[in-house]
Amino acid sequence: MNDATQQLLQNLNALATGLFLLTAFGIVAVRQANACLNLFIVQSLLLAASAALLGLRYGTSHLYGVALVNLISKPIIVPWLLRKTSPAGIYTRREIDQVLDIPISLTIALALVIAAYFVGAPIANAVSAAYRGPNVPIGIAVLLLGAFTLTVRREALPLLIGLLVMENGAFLTGISIARDLGMLVELAIATDGLIIVFIMGVLVRAVQKQVGTTAVGALASLKETATRPETDEASS
Amino acid sequence: MSVIVIVLLPVLAALLVCIPLGLRWVMGVTVVSCLADLLLTAQLAWRVVYGHVPHELLEPAWSNWLAVDGLSVLILLFITFVASTAAIYAVGYMTHEALTLRRLRLYCANYNLFIFSMLAIPVLAEPTLVWIVVELTTLCSALLVSFYNTREALEAAWKYVVLSLMGAGLALFGFLVMFAASHAAGGQTYTWAGLVAAAPRMPPVLMQTAFLLILIGLGTKVGLVPMHTWLPDAHSQAPSPVCALLSGIETTSILYVILRLIPIMQAVQGAHAGTWALVLGLISVGTAAFLLLQVRDYKRLFAFSTVEHMGIMLTAVGLGGSAAAYGAMQQIVSHSVTKSFCFFAAGLALLATGTREIAAVRGLIRRVPVAGAALIFGGLSIAGAPPMAVFLSELLILKAGLSQGHYLAVALLAAFIVIAFFGVMAHLNRMVFGTSSNGASDRDDLRTHAGGTSSLPLSSRLALILAAVPVLLFGVYIPRPLHDLLTMAAAALSR
Repeated sequence: MNDATQQLLQNLNALATGLFLLTAFGIVAVRQANACLNLFIVQSLLLAASAALLGLRYGTSHLYGVALVNLISKPIIVPWLLRKTSPAGIYTRREIDQVLDIPISLTIALALVIAAYFVGAPIANAVSAAYRGPNVPIGIAVLLLGAFTLTVRREALPLLIGLLVMENGAFLTGISIARDLGMLVELAIATDGLIIVFIMGVLVRAVQKQVGTTAVGALASLKETATRPETDEASS
Repeated sequence: MSVIVIVLLPVLAALLVCIPLGLRWVMGVTVVSCLADLLLTAQLAWRVVYGHVPHELLEPAWSNWLAVDGLSVLILLFITFVASTAAIYAVGYMTHEALTLRRLRLYCANYNLFIFSMLAIPVLAEPTLVWIVVELTTLCSALLVSFYNTREALEAAWKYVVLSLMGAGLALFGFLVMFAASHAAGGQTYTWAGLVAAAPRMPPVLMQTAFLLILIGLGTKVGLVPMHTWLPDAHSQAPSPVCALLSGIETTSILYVILRLIPIMQAVQGAHAGTWALVLGLISVGTAAFLLLQVRDYKRLFAFSTVEHMGIMLTAVGLGGSAAAYGAMQQIVSHSVTKSFCFFAAGLALLATGTREIAAVRGLIRRVPVAGAALIFGGLSIAGAPPMAVFLSELLILKAGLSQGHYLAVALLAAFIVIAFFGVMAHLNRMVFGTSSNGASDRDDLRTHAGGTSSLPLSSRLALILAAVPVLLFGVYIPRPLHDLLTMAAAALSR
C-alpha cells in the first residue's frame, strides 16, 4: 500500500468520523422520534465505514468483522426488534416540551465536544501513533452527547437511542485504540445492544398500557418528599 | 469444570421452569437449583481455600476466559446463599399474592437468569466479558423490578435501566481504554491477572482514565452517591425476594469489579485509587445517613441503608492495608446476609399490613409478632448493634483505619454510622412498638389497610430463620474456613 492510498484512507476515515459526530448533534436536536432513529442508523453505518477503513489502512482483518456486525445489527435488527416489542406510537411522537430548547441544547453539546477534545488529548498522546486519529476525541464527544441526550429527552425512543449512541461513541474510540479486542467480545457487545432494545421495548409497551404515555422520562411519582398515592404491592 | 456447572445451572433451571407442569414444579426447580448451586459453590470454596491449586480447577484452554480465586469464590458463595434463601422465601411469598401460573413462571425464569448473570461476574477473567454480564444483570433484573406492573414499579424499572446503562456506557469506554493501556504495556492476555502483571509498564494516564470511568460508570450500579438516585426506587418497588437479591448481593457483585482494579492501580505511578475510593465512599455513607432520617417508606429505608453500606465497603478499601481489606471482605459477607434478612422481614410486614408507609404502621409487634420481631431484629442487625455480624465487621474497619492513622476518615465514618443507626432505629421502633397518635387502637388502625393478612406463609418464615443464622453467628464467631476464605479474598486486593 503506497503513501497516497494510506493518506486517502485516513482522510476518508476523518470524513466518516466527522459525519458521525454530526449525526450525534442531530440526535440531540431533532424533535421527531422517527428522525432520531434514522439518524442513529446513519450513525451506525458511519461507524461500520470507519471500522472498515481502519481495517484496510492497518490490515487488521477482524475490524471487517466489527463493520459487518454493525451493518447487520443496528440498521436491520434494531428497527425490527423495536417494531416487534414497543408500541407503534413511539415513532410518530414529537417532543414539544424538551427540558432545554434546541439552541441551548446545541450550545451545551458544542461545549461538550470542545471538552472531549481536551479529555481526549492525553489519551491520544499515551497510545502509539498508529492508534491515534480522529476516532479518540470524536468517540468521547459522542459518548458525552449520548449521555446529554439521556438527560434532556423525555420520550422513550430518543432515550433508548441515547443509550445506543453512547455505546457507538465508545466503540468508535474502541476500533482505534483497542482494535485487537477479540471477535467474540465484539459479537457479545453487539448482542448485548440488542437485548437492551428488547427489554426497553417491553418496558415502554408496559408503561404505555399502564400509564398511557410513552414519555417515560417524565414519570416522577417516586420521591422522598412528595406525598404519593398509596401503593399496594401485596394485593396487586 | 464445576465452575461452568455452577454458572450454567440457573440457565438450565430457567429453561426447565418453562415446561408447563404446574406451580410446584416451577417453584421446586428454582429452589433445588439454587440449593444445588450453593452446595457446589461451598465445595468449590473449600477446594480453593485448602486445595492451594485454583488453576487445576479449570481446563488450561479456559484460563483466558475463566478464573477463580478467593475473592471471586467469596462473592460466588454469598450470591448462591442469598439466592437460595430468597428462592425459599419466594415459594410462599409469591404464591401468596394470587398471581397466575403464567406470571409465576415468568418470575422464576427471570429470577434464574438474573442469578446466572450475577454468578458469571466473579468467574469471568476477561474484563470486557465481565462488562457484558454486568449489563446482563441490569437487563435480567429490569423485568423483575417492574414485575407488579404498577405505575411506580414501571417508573422505577425505567430509571434503573436508563441510569445503569448510562453508567455502563461510560464503563465500556473505561474498559476499552484499559485494554489500550494493557496493549501499550505489552500485556499478553487481557485478563484480571494479566492486567495486574502488566500494570507497572502501563501508561499512567490511560489506566487512571480507565479507573475513573469504570468507578463512575459501575459506581452508578453499585449505588454510590451522587449516582444513587435510581437505587431506592428500584430496590423498593421490586417484589421483596428480588429486593433481597438486588440490595443484598447484586450491588456487592458489581462492587467486586471495582475491587479488581485496586491491585492494578497500586502499580500505576501517581494513581490515587485509594483516595478516590475513600472520598467517594465517605460521601456515600454520609449522604445515605442523612437521607435515612427522612424516608417515609420502610423498603426505601433498607434501600438507603444499602447505599450506606456500599459506602462503608468502599471506604474500607480506600483506607488501605490488609486489616482494612479483611474488614471490607467481612462487611461484604455481613451486609449480604443481613440485608437479605431485612428485606425478608420487610416483605412479611408488607404482607401483614398491606402498606409500605412507615407512618401507617404502628404497633406491629402486637398484631403480627413474627413480622414485628423480624423487623426490629433486622433493623438492629443492619444498623450495627452488637452482637450481630455488621457490628463486628464495622468495628474491624474502624480499628484498621485507626491503626493506619486515618483519624479524620475514621471519625467521619463512625459519626455517619451512628447517625444512620438512629435513622434506621427511630423509624422501625415507631413501626414495631409505637402506638398510633389518633387514639384508636392498633388493631383498628391496621385494619383500615386492605390487603393485610395475619397468616404468614410457612416457607417465608423458614427462609427468615435460615437467613437469621449467619446474621447471629458471624457476629460472635467466624468459622475457621470462612476466616481463611476472607483472608484469601483480602489478599486479592493487594499485589
